[in-house]
Amino acid sequence: MKPRCIWAAAFALGGCAGRQSVLAPAGEEASTLHGLLGLTLIVCGIAYLLVLVFLGAALWRSRLRLNHEPALAATPDDRRLSLGLAGWAGVMTIGIFLLAAASFLVDRTLARHDEAAAGDIRITGHQWWWRIEYRNPAGTGWIETANELHLPQGRPTRIDIRAADVIHSFWIPNLSGKIDMIPGRANHLTLTPHRLGWVRGQCAEFCGLQHARMALDVKVETPHDYAAWLSGQARPAAAASAPEAERGLTLITTGTCGSCHSIRGTSAQARAAPDLTHVAARRSLAAGTLPMTREALMGWITNPQALKPGAEMPASTLPPADMLAIATYLEGLR
Amino acid sequence: MSVVDPPLKGPTARLARTWGDAPGLWGFIATVDHKRIAARYIVVTVALLVLDGLLALDMRLQLAFPALKRLEAQGYNEAFSLHGSAMMFLVSVPVMEAMAIWLVPLMLAQRNMAFPRLNAFSFWMYLEGVLMLWIPHLFNVTPDLGWFEYPPLSGPSYSPGHRADIWAQMITFTEVAALSASVNTFVTIMRMRPPGMTLARMPLFLWAMLITSLMTIFALPAVMLVTSMLISDRLVATHFFNPAMGGDVVLFQHIFWFFGHPEVYIIFIPALGFVAAITETFCRRTVFGYVPIVLSLVAIAVLAFGLWVHHMFAVGLPRLGASFYTAASLVIAIPAGLQIFCYIATIWAGRPRFATPLMWVVAFIVTFVIGGLSGVMTASAPLDLQLTDTYFVVAHLHYVLIGGAMFPLFGAFAYWYPKATGRLMSEAWGKVAFWLIVGGFNLGFFPMHLLGLMGMPRRIYTYPAETGWQPLNIVASAGSAIAGIGAAIFVANALLSLWRGKPAGSDPWGGATLEWATSSPPPPHNFDQTPVVSDLTPLWREQRQAMEGLAVEHRELLMTTPIEARPDYRQKSPSPSIWPLLTALTVSAMFVGSIFTPWALVWGALPIGATVTGWFWPKKQA
Repeated sequence: MKPRCIWAAAFALGGCAGRQSVLAPAGEEASTLHGLLGLTLIVCGIAYLLVLVFLGAALWRSRLRLNHEPALAATPDDRRLSLGLAGWAGVMTIGIFLLAAASFLVDRTLARHDEAAAGDIRITGHQWWWRIEYRNPAGTGWIETANELHLPQGRPTRIDIRAADVIHSFWIPNLSGKIDMIPGRANHLTLTPHRLGWVRGQCAEFCGLQHARMALDVKVETPHDYAAWLSGQARPAAAASAPEAERGLTLITTGTCGSCHSIRGTSAQARAAPDLTHVAARRSLAAGTLPMTREALMGWITNPQALKPGAEMPASTLPPADMLAIATYLEGLR
Repeated sequence: MSVVDPPLKGPTARLARTWGDAPGLWGFIATVDHKRIAARYIVVTVALLVLDGLLALDMRLQLAFPALKRLEAQGYNEAFSLHGSAMMFLVSVPVMEAMAIWLVPLMLAQRNMAFPRLNAFSFWMYLEGVLMLWIPHLFNVTPDLGWFEYPPLSGPSYSPGHRADIWAQMITFTEVAALSASVNTFVTIMRMRPPGMTLARMPLFLWAMLITSLMTIFALPAVMLVTSMLISDRLVATHFFNPAMGGDVVLFQHIFWFFGHPEVYIIFIPALGFVAAITETFCRRTVFGYVPIVLSLVAIAVLAFGLWVHHMFAVGLPRLGASFYTAASLVIAIPAGLQIFCYIATIWAGRPRFATPLMWVVAFIVTFVIGGLSGVMTASAPLDLQLTDTYFVVAHLHYVLIGGAMFPLFGAFAYWYPKATGRLMSEAWGKVAFWLIVGGFNLGFFPMHLLGLMGMPRRIYTYPAETGWQPLNIVASAGSAIAGIGAAIFVANALLSLWRGKPAGSDPWGGATLEWATSSPPPPHNFDQTPVVSDLTPLWREQRQAMEGLAVEHRELLMTTPIEARPDYRQKSPSPSIWPLLTALTVSAMFVGSIFTPWALVWGALPIGATVTGWFWPKKQA
């Protein structure tokens, strides 16, 4: 593994450290695929080298015998070259057999991961965000959140993959290969992360205007931290702590916000847009478009069309003081 | 008919009058001369190549810096959609057809294609397809969903307006044009080879075009079908691709890629034909491994129809099925690899002369093999899940299409330019353009493999700085710009050489195939006499044979038997006509109308019937 990482780093300017990179696997599936990538690169590298050596030799040979005798004629094929052709066919067949076998074995390995895993998470692709639901370990039903995926370390987690509108593709390169989210079809993917910390995922199938801004933060935690985080997510929204925040909540539930968004524990219960119950605990806003700060929150609710043109969320017509109240309330939703 | 030896001087002037066009506008629009039609095709494709190249440079500028505002989301999505759609449907496939339309009759020493008016119709349909895409662009109705517009994104719910219709109908135009050209090429090669040119004595370029035209005839109806289904979903609310009503969005992908994968080889196999022709002439020996190469071409053509699913591994197909398509996709590397060996072996065993056409062949080998090997990598179903829809695939497809098809095409331009124009292109400027294009291309596109592995998806108009993708994106943009300068020099060289190039004579390179036997540029009737062929390299023989007996005062072609090329009968060849243009116009009116109302199919059929009746109206025998 290591030498390949060095190889990759040398070329990819530190790609091994990437938070969204095939070259820095942080999970079992991605490691397996990284191994297959290494093998494939070696086989293809040898094949390319053989072609270059033969071509170089042919060009060098032609320099040595640079005679311009004009005799142009149909020439019978050279016997030694014919043997070379047969040999080359043999070399290619061996290489291809090797790759086909390795590919087949890797496929079976990934399939075995699938069987072992429990289906605890559902992710649905929307234009242009991710609805994420966790099976509630304490009781029944599902806990909904958006745009930030938490996973327990060292445990295979099976994710059910769906789409609400158009085709998207769910891809966290550090953890595994991608799988398309297709309307009318159910897919699934198993992830077994082994490195703690943040990685980044991104939609990989063109899904319309803001395809580029459909990213996903992924945090790999110890099973203990994960359980704690999940029980936090299961709770309803934090109560408004100050009169300003109180006013913000009223504006949300009586205004237009609540007709799309849901905040558990309040009367805002619509499901057309990302769940905001614990929105301020997330790392970023609008599917990886902005970092989660007060300024960004203000900017986003004031004029989302300036930051992510085409997003479903309309610009607000509320006066600035009301915006501030809403932002103050949302900031408290941890 | 009688075999004469040595060849007699034919009645050139009378033949030229019989086969020539009327002067002026009428001659221009009524011509059925394959050389003029091909030249038009090529001029339009080169113009589009330039436009698409500018779009590409604009996109590279946008991606050179994170969060740049040069092109916003809509502008970028339109740019890559136009670039991809025009390159695949309006440049790559048509330019290969154009080369065939120009070269096939010359290489067969014939006076025209089998169906001259169909040839004219093909070009007019193609031209209207080009206008179909670019005129709406002027009015800001530009397709913005890429070169394969997957539903439901392209369906009625998510793409209101006519952007998706324009794209889908543009394909109908170009595929009608491509099918016309392919049927024509196929029949021309099968029935119009000169006496003695049996299948086994056919130049490799003709094999390549024969196989390509057959592939086109099988592959293109699939894409016409699938875009028509999309249009009817959008126009009359059929639900082929609507899962809520029992449709299936993945069906679109299957049918599209059943066409889409063979299409890559429809572009690539003619390029192999160029490589074979150039290698033979400049290595001054027959290409090593004629039989293995022909069998490889046939194998590629068959296999190409059995591996479309490797474009769809991420869809979540059953694993056993995916393994089958992995194996099929890997196997196609063998016939491709065998051919590469044969071309290198020809250089090895020959006495090569490194003029620009052969340099392009060497660049083709060095560059295309990288694209072939990255194709081997994406063929593996599990590994492809990390590679597909990323910049790795962007790198792969450009290595295959530019390295594998455009480099041989540039070589072919330089090689046949003197035959078409009578003048040679400047070798010095040709070499400058060569190094800039090949160097710039590799500098620009090799880093994209790494960008893909670093997680950069394709079709994104911007990326945050924290991803660390910027340094390689700068390199990619710089490389593309260098290649762009090279391309500008190539085009300028071609234009200036029209006036300033050295006169070429009939055979400047010492070519072995029949097109070099006639004058440069060829007269309207191409050849005074019909050569008789007795081996693969007729012009490298001391003794040449020819036969006479075709009419001089009216247009007549010699038809031969499909396998042995024995003279069969004389075929009257149609004179110039405006009906192909009028028919193309009425067909276009129906196609355009059917975007707006299904009734266009009914009422639009009437003028088509009228023009086709005019086209086929029986005439008195001259």
